[in-house]
Amino acid sequence: MTSPKPRHLLDFQDWNVERLAALLDNADTMLQVLDRPVKKVPALQGLTVCTVFFENSTRTRISFELAARRMSADVVSFAAGASSVSKGESIRDTIEVLSAYKVDAFVVRHQAAGAAHLVARYSGKPVINAGDGRRAHPTQALLDAYTIRREFGGLEGKTVAIIGDVRHSRVARSNAELLPKLGAKVILCGPATLLPRELAAESVTLTTDPREAVGNADAVMALRLQQERMDAGYVGSLQDYARVYQVNEDLLAFAPNEAVVLHPGPMNRDVEISSETADGPRSRILAQVENGQAVRMSTLYHLLVGRN
Amino acid sequence: MKASILSADEMRRALTRIAHEILERNKGAENLALIGVHTRGIPIAARLAAKLQELEGVDVPLGRLDITLYRDDLSEIAKQPIIRETEVPFDLSQRRVILVDDVLYTGRTVRAALDALIDLGRPEGIQLAVLVDRGHRELPIRADYVGKNLPTAKSEVVKVKLTETDGTDGVELWDLDEIQSVRE
Repeated sequence: MTSPKPRHLLDFQDWNVERLAALLDNADTMLQVLDRPVKKVPALQGLTVCTVFFENSTRTRISFELAARRMSADVVSFAAGASSVSKGESIRDTIEVLSAYKVDAFVVRHQAAGAAHLVARYSGKPVINAGDGRRAHPTQALLDAYTIRREFGGLEGKTVAIIGDVRHSRVARSNAELLPKLGAKVILCGPATLLPRELAAESVTLTTDPREAVGNADAVMALRLQQERMDAGYVGSLQDYARVYQVNEDLLAFAPNEAVVLHPGPMNRDVEISSETADGPRSRILAQVENGQAVRMSTLYHLLVGRN
Repeated sequence: MKASILSADEMRRALTRIAHEILERNKGAENLALIGVHTRGIPIAARLAAKLQELEGVDVPLGRLDITLYRDDLSEIAKQPIIRETEVPFDLSQRRVILVDDVLYTGRTVRAALDALIDLGRPEGIQLAVLVDRGHRELPIRADYVGKNLPTAKSEVVKVKLTETDGTDGVELWDLDEIQSVRE
């Protein structure tokens, strides 16, 4: 590990394979902690983590807050809707004020790409990006990678098909950045209107054919399709979309028998994923939730331990 | 190296004596458990378990403890960020646990290990066995079983070598400068 320790988790640019592997390895220990009668360790005692959600996301916020609490950090949460942001305070002012309260780390969700970088510039403390616009959602990609790793023992040589609204998905972008670093191949799949060409890269291929996408997949991830996309004309109707791109048992008949199904949540049942599949034997959707907490504990640990 | 403190034979005898002391003090090996602290406490605990089996015919359950998440010296962890496995595959309640480590120094590792153990359950009691007690305690902690009491200076380093982890058995005393120059 010769490169300097990354200060933030904004995306995976500063994170080399060894750091990423160490973070995922330590998540194993965090999962063990979650299985104990006392689901808490004192590793981050005395530190304060502030969750700053300019865009609402109850699940992600709870996952981070529980992760911080289980490591014995104190947690305060800042919800933009209920605060002075609605009165026009800038991100910079908000972060500088929160920093003055001696917060030790920030977890940031914002609707604009690059917001977490902006927070990192003014916070003076480690920042974890909990989703910025369509750009990145690194802990989601880490928990996806971790879930696949636990399933198959590793990521090297694995193929992950990501199906749905790739265009508007930070989850797809973060996975397309992370999984190849860990040795996996990514196939992005969706209607041509929702499949930006510029995401193609080494180990990242695009296809509009879902059967082709799942053909060699070890994991099939369905992305959330939001109603706004219909309104904006990207797809004709939910029914049209679901007929071709829904992850369901008919589609999975074209996938290898061992392939598992993932979804970043919250699900639109029977739109991008069938209820039968979401609740079926291939589904690892609840495992993702559990793993997410462990991965976020490990992320906080890596960013906060050994700093002053 | 400044001095050889224990040879392989002396180490073996010290561990045999500790095994006898454990049996004497606990009136046998029933309801005992041995838990080794990463890294070298684990093979030492396994050796004590083998001796207890030999002497008393009882299989004492073995566990391993990683205390990284319980440490109070965060700068130390930064150098070694990998947390290793904690595995205690038995119920701690109703058992007297013998915590095993290689060297007892400031007492901070033991403090962390006690906290980690208590989060895993409520043992009937906890005793501490160490191969070497080198002094300089910073906390009110003492060992119940000691292989070798060794007065040291803080500028010295006690190196415990075990076949399982280092290919050979023995305890050595080094000067800190000496070790740093070897590393460079």
